[in-house]
Amino acid sequence: MNDRLIPLNLLPLGQFGRVRRLSAGGSKRRRLLDLGLIQGTQVEALCKSPSGDPTAYQIRGAVIALRSEEASCIMMEALKEE
Amino acid sequence: MGLTKQSTGHNALKEMFQVKSDSPYDFIVALAGNPNTGKSTVFNQLTGLNQHTGNWPGKTVTNAQGNFTYKDKKFILVDLPGTYSLFAGSAEEETARDFICFGKPSAVVVVADATCLERNLNLVLQIMEITDKVILCVNLMDEANRKKIDIDLSLLSRKLGVPVVGTSARSGQGLEKLRETIYKTAHGEIQPAPVKLEYSREIEKAIEELTYTIEAAAGISINSRWTALRLLDGDPAIQKSINDFLGFSLIENKEIAQKLNKARLMLKENNMNTDSVKDQLVYTIVRKAEELAEETVTFHNKDYNQMDRKIDNILTSKAFGFPIMLGLLGVIFWLTVQGANYPSEVLAGVFAFIERKLTDFFLSTGAPDWIYGILVQGMYKTLAWVVSVMLPPMAIFFPLFTLLEDLGYLPRVAFNLDNFFKRACAHGKQALTMCMGFGCNAAGVIACRIIDSPRERLIAIITNNFVPCNGRFPILITLSAIFIAGSGLFSSFFAVLVVLGVIVFGVLMTLFLSKLLSKTILKGMPSSFTLELPPYRKPQAGRIIIRSILDRTLFVLGRAVMVAAPAGLVIWIMANISIEGMSLLSRCASLLQPFGNAIGMDGYILMAFILGLPANEIVIPILIMSYMSTGVMMELDSLDALKNLLVNNGWTWLTAVNVMIFTLLHFPCGTTLLTIKKETQSKKWSLVSFLVPTVSGILVCFALTQIVRLAGLV
Repeated sequence: MNDRLIPLNLLPLGQFGRVRRLSAGGSKRRRLLDLGLIQGTQVEALCKSPSGDPTAYQIRGAVIALRSEEASCIMMEALKEE
Repeated sequence: MGLTKQSTGHNALKEMFQVKSDSPYDFIVALAGNPNTGKSTVFNQLTGLNQHTGNWPGKTVTNAQGNFTYKDKKFILVDLPGTYSLFAGSAEEETARDFICFGKPSAVVVVADATCLERNLNLVLQIMEITDKVILCVNLMDEANRKKIDIDLSLLSRKLGVPVVGTSARSGQGLEKLRETIYKTAHGEIQPAPVKLEYSREIEKAIEELTYTIEAAAGISINSRWTALRLLDGDPAIQKSINDFLGFSLIENKEIAQKLNKARLMLKENNMNTDSVKDQLVYTIVRKAEELAEETVTFHNKDYNQMDRKIDNILTSKAFGFPIMLGLLGVIFWLTVQGANYPSEVLAGVFAFIERKLTDFFLSTGAPDWIYGILVQGMYKTLAWVVSVMLPPMAIFFPLFTLLEDLGYLPRVAFNLDNFFKRACAHGKQALTMCMGFGCNAAGVIACRIIDSPRERLIAIITNNFVPCNGRFPILITLSAIFIAGSGLFSSFFAVLVVLGVIVFGVLMTLFLSKLLSKTILKGMPSSFTLELPPYRKPQAGRIIIRSILDRTLFVLGRAVMVAAPAGLVIWIMANISIEGMSLLSRCASLLQPFGNAIGMDGYILMAFILGLPANEIVIPILIMSYMSTGVMMELDSLDALKNLLVNNGWTWLTAVNVMIFTLLHFPCGTTLLTIKKETQSKKWSLVSFLVPTVSGILVCFALTQIVRLAGLV
């Protein structure tokens, strides 16, 4: 397993990643954690808004749209498609 | 979208504790759950109250109450705002949390989405930490079934230690069992014993330190383990709520402060600060939810949501996302315009028949002319116009719009448009509140409660009026049909294009003014925002029609009728009372004439808008009455007759365009203004909400008129 982490907003569409850590604090962190984005959670990048942002992600069975500001706080380890 | 019978006060907490009841009740039951789990449907099914439900997150923007009777016991059901968590700090979460903690409900029913159980269990576990009396209602079992998702409810119940009931609220399945479970739990016949979440050894030790001291100081009125956790994770907002409830400050209590310090020191020795404690609390809950879901949920079809993804890929694609959005809106308008024509004519015919009978009646009784004038020419005719012009389009528009809402399309609209709102420094959910405004701006303003940030909420409230509500559509549709579309095969098609253009213009104005406000009186950056795109759901035709007709159409129409009759009276009087040979109406209009002329309209039009303040629906009837010298609406049996009337009074295409622009950009109607006052609790922001659209309307019309006149186009 390599150690190169990428922020979630740079995860290519259709790809899977695993959450390694969050670089946000305060209520933003809490909000992301409450979405279930704890360490080890698998996330799939689904589709991008036609206006360029936000992007929809599959997180624990739900589809959640995150703006790039939020997604960039989520450091991911990219996974090979399963 | 329709104003439902909900309370619309500002201070939700205060409101929450005033559980309304006209007769004594036996038990208070709280209804909690994630947004978009069918919570409102469960609520409606249990209580029979017509609270509108839609397929987008955060629909319950204010708490509703209802009651039901089961086995001779009366239950009050409080519908809490839909939340994913109790801790992320939005006003809705605070409301829900405070009611569960301090409202002392006899039972808390947590509604969860069977197709997405893991995510929903997060809230269930959080609530189970506060109170024992939890009932889990796993709703949308029919959807789960369709997606071949199996849930072992009895295993889940054993693992959680609380009763679990599976329901398909839309078809009423499982609700009898839910009622019985609520009854038994409230009665103590069922005593849930929720599984306790185990944290790390250090945290458990810290909890232990605090629990006894808290119990000694606060008694058993509050769950001491939960309170200890809240002291440890150091959230000031929750602590404040707890202090308010207890009537004293916990951390100012010497012993508690001492213990808390000791616990913190101990945690620090183990390399844990408040942030890492917080993290661990969340981790434990999320992990537990994951574990429970793994044990109890089986996906027989791994690709159960493939269809949704495929639809999303089209509806939110670069190539089709926006065209489909406009196309759908266009189709709705076209169906509305086309479909409303015939029933409108029929209704007008019926009203004309009744009018002849009324006239005969008044003639036969020999009543004075002025009584006949006020009652028939003034009140009845205005009323008849409002009903025959408004009822058919609304009865078509609302069900169609509700259909889109039920399918789950609106969150996709918000998703598509979000980047524009972000650039305007506004909240992404403003797109949702904007959609609500299409039905009724007052409802749109109330819906702004789903926006947490006060700054962005004010922006959404102030700019909500830039989407035309149902009361204003008839003006736009009528004028575009008369002046722009012309006649011919494609006339209604052109009329729709023009109305769509007006709406796009309204959205652009919304974005422009949101940006302007963000850079001037409401400075700030867009706040963090997450939007759920819920699964598409099979809409239920019958329910949609019933809900949209009862909740929306009749409600909005009722309001219009209430306003139309007295307005008709006032206009008739103004048109028929003369001072020095000139009617009061003409006098007022002539005062406004110079100003009206400068912005490409006339004094009568401005009068109509001003008198139409209570409800925009009556602007056109007022205008028609004003143009008739006698102040009576003539028989306008066709659009041509209306066109002749307007042209004879000096209308050009520019006048029509200006009136359409001013329809979009002018002060909100009376109901909306009152709602804004209520929601913002501020005269200043109500005034701003009045001025912003009005001033923009005047400026746009003035600029357009002057340019067109200079260019010699009229």
